[in-house]
Amino acid sequence: MKVSVGGRVFDLLNIVVLALIGFVTLFPLYYVFIVSFTDSQEYLQKNGFVLFPQNWTLAAYKYLLATPAFKNATAVSTFLATVGTGLSLIFTAAMAFGMSRKRLRGRRIIMLMVLLTILFNAGIIPNYIVVRELGLINSVWALIIPVLISGWNVILMKSFFDSIPAELEDAALIDGCNDLGTFFRIVLPLSAPALAAFGLFYAVGYWNTFFNAVLYINDFAKVPLQIVLRNMLIDSETSTGGAAAVEMISEQQIPIQTIKMAAVVIASVPILIVYPFLQKHFAKGVLLGSVKG
Amino acid sequence: MDKNKKRRTLLSDLRRDKYLYLLVLPGVLFFIIFKYVPMWGIIIAFQEYSPYMGVLKSEWVGIEHFVRFFSNPDFMLLFRNTMMISLLNLMFFFPLPIILSLLLNELNNEVFKRVIQSVVYLPHFLSWVIIAGISFLLMSQSSGIINLMMEAIGLRKYDFLTNADTFWGLLVLQNIWKETGWGTIIILAAITGVDTQLYEAAKIDGANRWRQTWHVTLPAIRSVILILLILRLGHIMDVGFEQVFLMSNGAVARVADVFETYVYRNGIQQGQFSYSTAVGLFKSVVGLILVVLANRLAKRIGEDGVY
Repeated sequence: MKVSVGGRVFDLLNIVVLALIGFVTLFPLYYVFIVSFTDSQEYLQKNGFVLFPQNWTLAAYKYLLATPAFKNATAVSTFLATVGTGLSLIFTAAMAFGMSRKRLRGRRIIMLMVLLTILFNAGIIPNYIVVRELGLINSVWALIIPVLISGWNVILMKSFFDSIPAELEDAALIDGCNDLGTFFRIVLPLSAPALAAFGLFYAVGYWNTFFNAVLYINDFAKVPLQIVLRNMLIDSETSTGGAAAVEMISEQQIPIQTIKMAAVVIASVPILIVYPFLQKHFAKGVLLGSVKG
Repeated sequence: MDKNKKRRTLLSDLRRDKYLYLLVLPGVLFFIIFKYVPMWGIIIAFQEYSPYMGVLKSEWVGIEHFVRFFSNPDFMLLFRNTMMISLLNLMFFFPLPIILSLLLNELNNEVFKRVIQSVVYLPHFLSWVIIAGISFLLMSQSSGIINLMMEAIGLRKYDFLTNADTFWGLLVLQNIWKETGWGTIIILAAITGVDTQLYEAAKIDGANRWRQTWHVTLPAIRSVILILLILRLGHIMDVGFEQVFLMSNGAVARVADVFETYVYRNGIQQGQFSYSTAVGLFKSVVGLILVVLANRLAKRIGEDGVY
């Protein structure tokens, strides 16, 4: 087909506009990254105006990784993102698998029960009281157990399991598999792409845990990374553990800004590393859940 | 006799499907304990809840807390802030994923398209703490690079972060940066689903690309856009606690306080459990009504709705 002049101009403009959008998206991340590696002398000399540093240094990272409070919080977040994600996936899949079996008595009621929780939430205070009554305050489990299963994910995973051909499971049944065997040996391995997508969503949720930690964790030794990050970045004076964060920074000659940005990099890198591997799966996951909006 | 038979089958069903029930049980318990027990706990909104007496023995006060809240000037302030933040997001953020999807769809270079997509999805995965931190790095009045650049070209420095006039705009801007790319996934999928024969037919009728977009693509994705819009309207009471909480400071408190931050401050920080539960209940009920209405509306215009 003949390409008109107008079409060419549009194509060119389109590429320019999209490249600009890409730049606007990436630049803040690039700048954070650059500042975190900039030598302190240079940073101060250029008054923060560093787009490409001459002297790269790992000083800010070395400093952070030698800071107990930061190391500790990173360990808490790593625990949440691994153990939490694993538990969430297992329990979500188990429930969804059971609900996808048509002969299960009461599956309608269970479905309705899950749906209702998506539409209506009791609110912050009643949830807080339940967690407190269970004695979970100041326990890392308060950041896992109350968010163990997402109603949306159960429903999405159920519809995914619905689409697995029944013949496969009949064959397993004939070969002597009971329901547990079918679930662990047939259905789960077949669902690897779905598990990858939901795993990423759960992992991001756990790694980014912030509000629940504000609510349930007062003990600074048990807070996750996002809380320490917030104390470092935002208000160093008022919040719990803020004093410790200030102290840990101010006794250093490295400019506070480069340390802050190194912390941001450390807090975002795990996600940026898993992201490309799972990208092809999560689009599918989102589409399954397209109703979620 | 009949009853007996039924009971036997229920029992035999339980026995036959014991492993299935075993798989479902932890999930069911989770929803009961962490979703339905709190719903029952809502009754403290009608009590003077005392942690020592518990939910069962606390004194009943009826709708006193609701009366107190509605007659409080805070109520109008919270309502205004919540609505304004939601409506500004609706006006300025909502159309962007659609526009971005249409632009991406017009790209002929698959590799470039995929690169841009991967880049714009990224911010969705960053926490609000990180977004707030990046905002401070870029926009701080003394050392933010935006202000440094403005100064370099002879403009005056501007206070972006502790300015009540621009606070709502700042929230919308952050939301746009974080979620626009992610929002394209659904719309691009809808565009991919459009029958290519329609484009062929349009071409034969002499439609250029703009006309193809206007007469084929947009009508084809109309229903998806409508559903997304209706859903957004249903969630107009939810502005997202974390973003507002993190960006708040003394200077913007008057425009930054929303229902969720108010509940947190009065309930968790000051221990007014019953009063805060009443405020939260008001928000949840209005939210529920809006979602149900939105869903009805979606069905009325001939779409599937959400449930």
